[in-house]
Amino acid sequence: MTMDEADESLLKALLAGEHRALARIISKIENRSPGYRDLVSELYAHTGNADVIGITGSPGAGKSTLVDKLAEAYRERGETVGVIAIDPSSPFTGGAVLGDRIRMASTVGDMDVFVRSMSARGTLGGLSTATADAVKAMDAFGKDKIIIETVGAGQNEIDIVRTADTVAVLVPPGSGDDIQTLKAGILEIADIFVVNKADREGADRTVQELREMVHLGEESGLAGGAGHHGADAMGGDGESWGDIDESDDDTDWTPPIVETIATKGTGVDTFIDELGNHRSYLIDSGTHAEKVRQRYAEEIRTLLREDVHALLEDELADSGGIDDLAEAVRQGETDPYSIATDVLAPVEACVENLAADADDSGSE
Amino acid sequence: MSSEQEAESIRCLVAKVGLDGHDRGAHVIARAFRDAGFEVIYSGLHKSPDQIVQAAVQEDVDVLGISILSGAHDTLVPKIMDGLEEYGAKDDTLVLAGGVIPDEDREGLKDDGVAAIFGPGTSIEETIEFVRENVPQR
Repeated sequence: MTMDEADESLLKALLAGEHRALARIISKIENRSPGYRDLVSELYAHTGNADVIGITGSPGAGKSTLVDKLAEAYRERGETVGVIAIDPSSPFTGGAVLGDRIRMASTVGDMDVFVRSMSARGTLGGLSTATADAVKAMDAFGKDKIIIETVGAGQNEIDIVRTADTVAVLVPPGSGDDIQTLKAGILEIADIFVVNKADREGADRTVQELREMVHLGEESGLAGGAGHHGADAMGGDGESWGDIDESDDDTDWTPPIVETIATKGTGVDTFIDELGNHRSYLIDSGTHAEKVRQRYAEEIRTLLREDVHALLEDELADSGGIDDLAEAVRQGETDPYSIATDVLAPVEACVENLAADADDSGSE
Repeated sequence: MSSEQEAESIRCLVAKVGLDGHDRGAHVIARAFRDAGFEVIYSGLHKSPDQIVQAAVQEDVDVLGISILSGAHDTLVPKIMDGLEEYGAKDDTLVLAGGVIPDEDREGLKDDGVAAIFGPGTSIEETIEFVRENVPQR
């Protein structure tokens, strides 16, 4: 791998613990500036020590506030924290107002909590790649805990939190209907459920509903989701549903439900304990290795998709530009499928080469 | 590799510093910057200079817009500039000030490193244009 001198010294500064260098490298990752790939490749050698936690939930569920309290608690334990806060960007102007920092007040003035706001910049799958790379940068920098915070609205966000080892889903009380919608996407990715604002009316009911849902999921194997097929028992975990543990490919991890009041810091310690439990479970059961493997597989795929996409843009230009092609379809001269086949043909050979390249850089 | 798609965006921190609860202007600017396609990080109210510096460094912003309507600019702005200097971020951050800042104080702030001061009555377009033209090339 070749890096120019500026990048080389930037990398050195990051490894030496300079905040500015970390900030600058994340910018390069976000901007996809020339050379960022080599930089990220180099980062990989220094990663693997951080514990990555994803936090998601509907807008207003209290994610930022909880993350703030979580960061504070980790700092009290002497651990350093990186936070990546992701907000949506306007699909029209690309602009964004990133407001998560406002709620992160407990740890301001403490540079060992590194908060970085990011927004989607309009490329398919781009944000999850950028997030994964930013996590690598923070990991290489030496952060013990890295928290990714994002609104759990769609597939894009689900891909993002999958970058994490442990995913916590926040559910505000009194959102019976919300839980219905959660079932489809978010139930599968939650390792821990957090009912935040637990002092509000309806909190008990929400906990109850979640418990039933988790229970149902256990029975049908639904909660298995991705990468949860761990091997053996993990012993004394708080809540276990031993009585329904019949089928042999059943999951050993049952998502616990934690009640918190983030504004007061109530329940944060329990939450941290559960995060720790899940971490131990991952490692003891061998699920962690499996998860990491899946994640790298996904990273490789995403990178390739982006690469091919970029190549196709060139091919499209060579074929006369998307506008002309679209016009040809409108005039009834051809159809999108034929065009796709034609444009893709010269690229297919390149894809194989790309796959080989990415395999090299993806497997440390 | 030829396939690197650059996706640069102008990043701005809109900051309220000190004991000053007037955030209307900051909100208007944040919104206008967003609509101009910038990525805006809003600091929230009542931040200390240290907090602003921390946010500006960690977020690696191109532009730092400080809104002050309390009259304490001569105290707060130099502290922010010193903080940026400490992290090596002073030279390539475009620092703007807005709010009620008397004419006689403007020269001093510019000497501290503030690139421009936008007082009451400045048009949004003017501010955005200034940012586009003066954003540091890194």
